[in-house]
Amino acid sequence: MTALAWLIPCALLLGLLGLAAFLWSLNSGQFEDLEGAGWRALQDEEPGPHK
Amino acid sequence: MAQALTELALGDHADAGTSRAARCVTTILAVEGMHCGGCMRKVERALTAVPGVVAARANLSARRVAAVHGASGVNTTDLVEALDRAGFKAAELADDAAQPAKAADQALLERVGVAGFAAANIMLLSVSVWSGAAGDMTPSVQSLFHWLSALIALPVLGYAGQPFFHSAAQALRSRRLNMDVPISLGVTLATAMSLYQTARGSEQVYFDAAVTLLFFLLVGRFLDQRMRTRAAGAAANLLGLRGSAATVIEPDGTTMRHAARALRPGMRVLTVAGERFAVDGRVVEGHGEVDASLITGETMPVSVRPGTLIYAGTVNLSGSLVTEATATDQHTLLAEIARLMAAAEQARGRYVRLADRAARFYAPAVHILGLATFLGWLLTGHGWETALTAAIAVLIITCPCALALAVPAVQVAATSRLFAKGVLVKAPDGLERLAEVDTVVFDKTGTLTLGEPSLAAGQRVSDDILAKAASLAAASRHPYARAVVRAAEAAGLAIRPAAGVLEVPGFGLERIGPEGPERLGSAAWCGAGAPHAGMTAVCYRAGDGTAVAFSFEDRLRSDAADVVSRLHQAGFQTELLSGDRPAVVEAAAAHAGIRRWTAGAAPGAKIARLEALAAEGRKVLMVGDGLNDAPALAAGHASLSPSSAADITQTAADAILQGARLAPVLEAIAVARAAHRMALQNFAIAIGYNLLFVPLAMAGLVTPLLAAIAMSASSVAVTANAIRLRTMHLELAR
Repeated sequence: MTALAWLIPCALLLGLLGLAAFLWSLNSGQFEDLEGAGWRALQDEEPGPHK
Repeated sequence: MAQALTELALGDHADAGTSRAARCVTTILAVEGMHCGGCMRKVERALTAVPGVVAARANLSARRVAAVHGASGVNTTDLVEALDRAGFKAAELADDAAQPAKAADQALLERVGVAGFAAANIMLLSVSVWSGAAGDMTPSVQSLFHWLSALIALPVLGYAGQPFFHSAAQALRSRRLNMDVPISLGVTLATAMSLYQTARGSEQVYFDAAVTLLFFLLVGRFLDQRMRTRAAGAAANLLGLRGSAATVIEPDGTTMRHAARALRPGMRVLTVAGERFAVDGRVVEGHGEVDASLITGETMPVSVRPGTLIYAGTVNLSGSLVTEATATDQHTLLAEIARLMAAAEQARGRYVRLADRAARFYAPAVHILGLATFLGWLLTGHGWETALTAAIAVLIITCPCALALAVPAVQVAATSRLFAKGVLVKAPDGLERLAEVDTVVFDKTGTLTLGEPSLAAGQRVSDDILAKAASLAAASRHPYARAVVRAAEAAGLAIRPAAGVLEVPGFGLERIGPEGPERLGSAAWCGAGAPHAGMTAVCYRAGDGTAVAFSFEDRLRSDAADVVSRLHQAGFQTELLSGDRPAVVEAAAAHAGIRRWTAGAAPGAKIARLEALAAEGRKVLMVGDGLNDAPALAAGHASLSPSSAADITQTAADAILQGARLAPVLEAIAVARAAHRMALQNFAIAIGYNLLFVPLAMAGLVTPLLAAIAMSASSVAVTANAIRLRTMHLELAR
């Protein structure tokens, strides 16, 4: 049962990582324009300013 | 606010926007006609080319573009004009248009994510407890797992459950019951009871059920809300595009562009060919022709001269016209029609959605069952603990998880199927109303017909003459000239646009050619006799040759007759309701195979006819495109409009048909009916599962494991059933 001592934190950490990734993608506008994002991938150069 | 908008609209440019927010502002524009990646790029390029604009990012799904620019030096008119030159009609959106809804969408999605994380992890712990309970798991480890579940569940329930708690509290405060009351009660009681049992080291712990329930419910709520947000956003775009700018001739003779809402009666407004009139007014200078189809529903242009009344929203076809405004902004006939429409729409707002009707009897039933269970166990001499556990099991089992998913899942499947077939569903409850329809009323111009004149069939015009006429016509944007060009193209003739063509407003086109003056225009101008009464004609004459007349008709859509006959076969009644002249309407009705028709109907008369039909007990689907149809569209039980329709008409319609065919009308009705059946099936699944598990729960036989499985299984069953709709074969039948 000592395995639990590190397995449980491990599982929770992985879950939290997934959640953090989802919240990050949500707040950085990854789901803002699902239609347009597909088209942007096909464009040669990104118009507009570069960071 | 500007900072928030930047982040919302610019997505991954958010950092850039924030750091510059002190000096820069963001303007959000609705853009019409942006359909692909190429358009997106053109829009962004056109805007970044405007001096002072730092960045522009188009959003294809929302049909909007956000431009970041210096606080001074750039104004919205510059941006709109830049887009206009690039071929896109655009308008500024008010700061608050659909933005709060968007933020609410995002907040709900965050809750879905958090609840999903918690549900997965608690389930992981629960599965180990269930599988270990019979074997070698010691009570201390079991207790540890329960405490861990509690640790995850408590904050998550407090955060993700808020939408339900708020809504339930609101309902209770106004002494009503809604679906959220049993949900909140179930979740709260289950959590409190589980916490108590965890502290006592018992096995009756329901954290997993409570969190999973919340997760599924949030998914259902998100689907429902996103559809509303999308509809609201589209409506905001359309209304934004309606208000445009106009050129005003100042008293000193100079011209100035003014926003439509800054116009006042008495101002002199200059409208060039191809532009929409921004005001109601009287022509004071110039001759020409006006396309008034938006207001009257007639395809054929109306000629105007000084003194003629024109209405905002109609299009100037030839020459510049100066009008003196008599009514502006909110007082134009256009705005009047919009108000008529809003009033009619309010009446339709009384429709009660299927899910709400189900909730009306479901919510009280759940409470009564829960209470009965609690009292039953208590009265039969068991302790309050046993009684409460059984009551909670009832609440959890009956919690309308599958019920909450039943309708949204079907609607999402139905709208995506229709979207692929060229029907854009706007109103969230539009599909439900569409399913009940038994009568279809069509408008004529632009709905049953293509809404643009084309050369009448059966005319004897030699190819040579047609080619010559077309080479003159190529110089003009007048609908008749375009019709001549299209006819020549259809005949396979090569069209060489002639040089030196002069457009004489109100008369036609002229060119001095080798054989003398060549003219294409009104019969009198070409020296031919007056055309037959009721017949619209344009003549062509070269030099001293004889004048050749072209007559025009507004042709029916290619599949109009087919669609009408299939509607008849399926048992629908059809009717034609038009503002056009009786002779034209009768001919169109005969061609399409519609027996009942009304001509010369004003917007008010159309509403009266629809109300008469409704009084007969008929559920009417109104299909129309003109602005004069907008109030009728709002008054019908359900409404469709072609994508060529006026903006405001599209706003009034439940769904919009893309493309030149009418067949999507059939598909829309068929899918709506199938969706209705599916929703009922889903209710049956949800209720059937309740009939199976509620007695078990009342008897106290439902373990936490059973509750979790039953709930997930019913949700999955309901969703899977809805997804079938996407690929199902559908035929419109009686």
